[in-house]
Amino acid sequence: MSTTLPPTTRLPEQAWKSEPISEPDYLRNKRGIMSWVYTLDHKRIGVMYLIGILTAFLMGGVMAILVRTELLSPSRTIMGPDAYNHMFTLHGAIMTFLFIIPSIPAALGNFILPIMLGAKDVAFPRMNLASWYLWVFGAVFLIAAMALNGLDTGWTFYTPYSTTTNSSVISATLGVFILGFSSIFTGINFIATVHIMRPKGMTWFRMPLFLWSLYSTAIIQVLATPVLGITLLLLIAERALGIGFFDPKLGGDPVLYQHFFWFYSHPAVYIMILPAMGVISELISTFSRTPIFGYRFMCYSAIAIAFLGFLVWGHHMFTSESAMAAVIFSALTFSVSIPSGIKVFNWLATLYKGSISLTTPMCFALSFILLFTIGGLTGLFLGALATDIHLHDTYFVVAHFHYVMMGGSLMAFIGGMFYWWPKLFGKMYSEFWGRISCLIIFIGFNWTFFPQFILGSRGMPRRFYDYKPEYQGLHVISTSGAFFLGIGLILCAAVFLHSLWRGRRAPANPWGAATLEWQTASPPPLHNFVDDPVVTDPYDMADFELQRDTGDYVRRPYTPSQSDGTETQS
Amino acid sequence: MIAEAQLSQGPAPHADETFRAHHFETAEQQFAAAKLGMWLFLVTEVLFFSGLFVAYAVFRVLHPEVFVNSAALLDTKLGAINTVILLFSSLTMAWAVRCSQLGQQRGLVLCLSLTIAAAVAFLGVKGIEYAHKWHEGHLWASQYGGPQAGETFDRAGSFFSVYFAMTGLHAVHIIAGIAAIGWLLKRSLRGDFSPAYYTPVDVVGLYWHLVDLVWIFLFPLLYLVG
Ligand code: HEM
Ligand SMILES: [Cu+2]
Repeated sequence: MSTTLPPTTRLPEQAWKSEPISEPDYLRNKRGIMSWVYTLDHKRIGVMYLIGILTAFLMGGVMAILVRTELLSPSRTIMGPDAYNHMFTLHGAIMTFLFIIPSIPAALGNFILPIMLGAKDVAFPRMNLASWYLWVFGAVFLIAAMALNGLDTGWTFYTPYSTTTNSSVISATLGVFILGFSSIFTGINFIATVHIMRPKGMTWFRMPLFLWSLYSTAIIQVLATPVLGITLLLLIAERALGIGFFDPKLGGDPVLYQHFFWFYSHPAVYIMILPAMGVISELISTFSRTPIFGYRFMCYSAIAIAFLGFLVWGHHMFTSESAMAAVIFSALTFSVSIPSGIKVFNWLATLYKGSISLTTPMCFALSFILLFTIGGLTGLFLGALATDIHLHDTYFVVAHFHYVMMGGSLMAFIGGMFYWWPKLFGKMYSEFWGRISCLIIFIGFNWTFFPQFILGSRGMPRRFYDYKPEYQGLHVISTSGAFFLGIGLILCAAVFLHSLWRGRRAPANPWGAATLEWQTASPPPLHNFVDDPVVTDPYDMADFELQRDTGDYVRRPYTPSQSDGTETQS
Repeated sequence: MIAEAQLSQGPAPHADETFRAHHFETAEQQFAAAKLGMWLFLVTEVLFFSGLFVAYAVFRVLHPEVFVNSAALLDTKLGAINTVILLFSSLTMAWAVRCSQLGQQRGLVLCLSLTIAAAVAFLGVKGIEYAHKWHEGHLWASQYGGPQAGETFDRAGSFFSVYFAMTGLHAVHIIAGIAAIGWLLKRSLRGDFSPAYYTPVDVVGLYWHLVDLVWIFLFPLLYLVG
């Protein structure tokens, strides 16, 4: 706003000092509820998203605890079979559509992406606000299903059951349809922002990996979500009018529904994991105090995952498609593990000889690497035809996707929350209790879900409220783990809330990271930067020095020997 | 580009950039963002329709004879008239964009009005066709009651399911287009557009061409396979 220097020009030394900024921060520059309702500020929209998705997470979490409690004993424990069907369906639908898909991109990404780019806002602020309101509408429709006749189809809405059950499929699918538009709007906004608003000096290969991951996620959101939209529209037309695309009684084809659904929903699992991978790249690099290993491979592998993710949907139908199709989809499924493996190896290589500090975000990042690896490797058992025939629709699948979605995406989300929390609200949290919460969540998670691999391989089917007595031991272990996990998450929430009331004021750059969002105050002012930020290599942290008195990392005066940063591979 | 030339030559009547949002550095950047945003939206539209095209392909491969026989029940003449109407509207829309770039105020208003008129005419013809089908009982699968009822009941129905889903969704897009062009018309009557700022006309134009393009595929696939 004020300076006319081109962004790559080095500013005089005192401009680096994070003096208290005279401009009020984004939380305080306007007051009153209306200043939030009509806000076009991406930071406020991000915060509103955060509140929304955390509320959804709480609801889904309570349902998960109820589901697990029911499974403490065979047949009825606390609810009957119908209630059980409703419970796990809503748990799945809320967690997928209301929580995980928008979690990192729409909440954290909305806040961080423009600041990381050194921009004032996303390209289309109005569309950004619209996407948040669409999220709210979609959530209302989805949750209204609960108040109407409930929903018992499973989160996949498979036909023909979804066209014949008397639960509220139309309300729920309309909700998901609307949520799809919300997700598309975020995607379009992010692609346009990354393309058009990058400052001078930030070439594609000087972008932080979090931006690469949000960009590749946005591509999937834009390309896959419309297919879900038309699928659900046809499902609604099927139920309301009997249009007969999917109903075999009317000449339709239920497997066609499954193809349509998974053409979206397999790429959607990468909508969930790619942003998480981006978060992890930032955390691992920052807290190893070393540039990420194999930067370019990280960029290419994000794009490769986004692309390959479109070719493998058929692995959800190994038992209902032709043998030929199954073989092809199996082979393609294996190919996804190559870019995923590249990422894991590069994180490990970054850690190697890094100077690791085990802050709370780093603890979550390390948990992510372990849990995601287990989740990905068990995906290979499911992608191999011979083993999948045995494991399909068992608890093994449940364990697999919880390892990737909860152990992966959720761990990265929480890690990212701890990492950017000082930037979001200008407060530090208790490292001690943060780490304890990570430990409890990590133990509780494995305690809950590892037994499910064993249950599944022994034949316990998913989505059943009753089971043979021999499975009870493992179910009891899993349920007790779930309670422990719940305690960890509550503790984690308490750490955040405590920091809001009691936290120490956060400096501009508490971690010594080199990406642009740390070059502005915490919390940032309305237009993000008072002076245009200086674009350098996003992982060149060597320049930053800790100031003992403020806890802030400040850049040393410029030394000409510094590399120009286009090549970050070590 | 005319607009850019004008911009760099200094203030045209509207080049005070009141239209530029604060978070863009230049008007060009804003224009580029809007254009990219619209192209991305069009990509989502293509994928949205693609589901129906895939369903079309699947059902047609499974029952080619049903498609041949049922397509014969559609009125090719009305379909062809509608094709001409939409092609004409694409022309007037493209012309509207040109008028706005050149600052031809009256031409812009005229072209936008003609485009809306063509769109309404298209819907009128579509309405006649739908009424006819309704009358004959050529409806979608569960409501099908046409002459083939009895033997291949559900099969002819699946052709008409595809027909109504595709043309219905297309008609919804036409209606949305009328609303968008109506909004352009209102703004152009107010004199909002100038060679320095015609982004909305440009991007709505892109949308309108896509809607026409979808019809260009629908017409042969539905009407001419018989
Ligand atoms: C190396 C990577 C992966 C491979 C090879 C893989 C493979 C598979 C396969 C073959 C299935 C089908 C199992 C069956 O139904 O029999 C499956 C299910 C599933 N996967 Fe993955 N997967 C991978 C990564 C992921 C990721 C990253 C996520 C999410 C973040 C994910 C989420 C899911 C979900 C939600 C299901 C269950 C869908 C349902 O409800 O039926 N997967 N996976
Ligand atoms: Cu999959």
